[in-house]
Amino acid sequence: MRSRRWSLLVVLALVVAALALVGCGDDDDEATGTTDTTTDTIASGDLDQVTLQSKWVVQAQFAGYYAAKDQGYYEDEGLDVTIRPGGPQIVPEQVVLGGQAEFGIDWLDNLLATRDQGQNIVNIAQVFARSGMTEVTWKDSGLDEITDLRGKKVGVWINGNEHKLFAALTKNGLDPQNDVDVVAQPFNMDLLLNREVEAAAAMTYNELAQILETENPDTGELYTLDDLNVFRMSELGTGALEDGVFVTEEWIADEANQDIAKRFLKASFRGWIYCRDNPDACVDIVLDNGPTLGEGHQRWMMNEVNDLIWPSPDGIGIMDAESFDVTNQIATDYDIIKSAATEDAYRTDIAEAAVQELEDDGEDVNGDDWEKPEVEVTPGGE
Amino acid sequence: MAYAATARGRSKLPDAERVRTAAVRVGLFLAVLAGLSGLWEGFRAFAEATGLRLGLFEANDRTMPHIHDIVGQLFEPSRRNGPLLIDVLWDAALFTAKEAAVGLVLGALFGFALGVLLAHSGLLQRGLLPYVVASQTVPILAVAPMVVVWGNPRLPPGLRDWGAVAVISAYLTFFPVTINTLRGLTSVDPRTIDLMRSYAASWWSVLWKLRVPAALPFIFAALKIAAPASVVGAIIGELPASIQSGLGGAILNFNQYYITSPPSLWATNLIAALLGITFFLTVVAAERVLVRRAPEHFA
Repeated sequence: MRSRRWSLLVVLALVVAALALVGCGDDDDEATGTTDTTTDTIASGDLDQVTLQSKWVVQAQFAGYYAAKDQGYYEDEGLDVTIRPGGPQIVPEQVVLGGQAEFGIDWLDNLLATRDQGQNIVNIAQVFARSGMTEVTWKDSGLDEITDLRGKKVGVWINGNEHKLFAALTKNGLDPQNDVDVVAQPFNMDLLLNREVEAAAAMTYNELAQILETENPDTGELYTLDDLNVFRMSELGTGALEDGVFVTEEWIADEANQDIAKRFLKASFRGWIYCRDNPDACVDIVLDNGPTLGEGHQRWMMNEVNDLIWPSPDGIGIMDAESFDVTNQIATDYDIIKSAATEDAYRTDIAEAAVQELEDDGEDVNGDDWEKPEVEVTPGGE
Repeated sequence: MAYAATARGRSKLPDAERVRTAAVRVGLFLAVLAGLSGLWEGFRAFAEATGLRLGLFEANDRTMPHIHDIVGQLFEPSRRNGPLLIDVLWDAALFTAKEAAVGLVLGALFGFALGVLLAHSGLLQRGLLPYVVASQTVPILAVAPMVVVWGNPRLPPGLRDWGAVAVISAYLTFFPVTINTLRGLTSVDPRTIDLMRSYAASWWSVLWKLRVPAALPFIFAALKIAAPASVVGAIIGELPASIQSGLGGAILNFNQYYITSPPSLWATNLIAALLGITFFLTVVAAERVLVRRAPEHFA
């Protein structure tokens, strides 16, 4: 029986150790606040608690919101904001419609598609003024024009992210269904690197940099932009608008909520202004929230995202009617929506009020003087 | 009862022999590990030397990073001036372990209770068992978002998000426990039940003094399946639950940036596998204490 008591002790020790470790993990998490799930520890009764559902995982694409939280801009506006990261199984529209978040971020064409299905969500701020989507090919493949893609394997993210490319193909006389071989692209660039597709979708701020951060096995050097043809949707005239903030019509009908929304936008815009003027500090904030991200890659992303926002002639976040029409046209032409959306799909009054208050505070809400700096590519995005 | 006698006999083995048995096991484990690594590296070297291509698959640093690169990646900074990757993954593994451990306990308790219920009512067994089976044919990927959407708002703030993940993990673990509990509880020799009854033993006494001890080896066999599954459930559940702090979030990110650093994803998978093995070994250790008669102990 001695041995039995001995092994019992071992198991007890294991259990205690496991519990202690789990306890430590918990503490670590609260200390770094990586999930934003522990906000209840700092929540005070005076702050309005709201949640923002982000389109994708923590990365510099959403730096302005993380900066607004980190710099206390939300708190200054009387808000306690929880930012929920997105992921492959998270549809921001569904989360907001399900009442788990007041605010959501998604591409405008996806918002129009959701509205077309009878769901009442409305864009209250169009933060990205330009589209960052591109389709890239290898220069050595000789596919120098988008029309050269006829009969080729063309990678693109499906489920709502293919519309801009399809619009560009159609505009150039190619039928996306019959003239090209559309390949569902995973959310990494493996297919293009392995040359399993001849063209692949890439956001300027993310996937394009991933290629540049990769070593060309033939030369031992990193790939450069000279190795690639980059077809920008914004230059092809099919740059449907991307990241914007939306809410449900029911929620925003309430005047108290309109006030919350105005304060939320004001603080968020202030965050984006901070990221324009202090990109390095913003990268650090993003890295604090995303421990597995590479610094060099996020630095590139921050820079490219700034390029999609600034300059913002009407003031950050205010929807440009002409750009809305382009997006609407694309969505209608490609049967993303059955009937063209009306101007009810967005409202600019709340963003305008937020921008006005920022201007009164002396903030530069247009960024006319912003010039895109050069950001060095790092191997592996480290 | 013969089992018990043998077990006692075994526990009296001299210490030297126990050490030798343990050494043989560790040696065997390392030999298999070396063999598998050799196969991996050997295949890659062969494919590279001969230019072998399987369809579009080509062996290179991107598709098959060297084992030493994968392990070495753990001890590289996760980013410039950042903590080592292994530190980041250690924190992530602890976070996932919490979800999985709670999920495993929930799943085991629920699975056991359901097994007891089904064992005592043929009617319930015939009525419910098809649904229990059906519950496992629904892909966890379909169940997970529903648990998050419905469950999360009802959870207290301290449990929000990771609590929903624990429920998803429990969903993956209860099934084998239910099936094996049912099997174990009904495996008792009917004559022993008759004997207990002849002493006017209560239903409760029969359950705890006869049926459950007889079912324990079955239950532990189920828990050995359930333990690694609970880790898988936790990792899968983190994605719809917006959790970035666990291994699921790490896998998602390293997948996204796979081309820039292939070994990082492999290293994360390695840590996930180690976590599953740790859970398995914990169950084995608990079994050693609680089940002295388990036949597999005589291996």
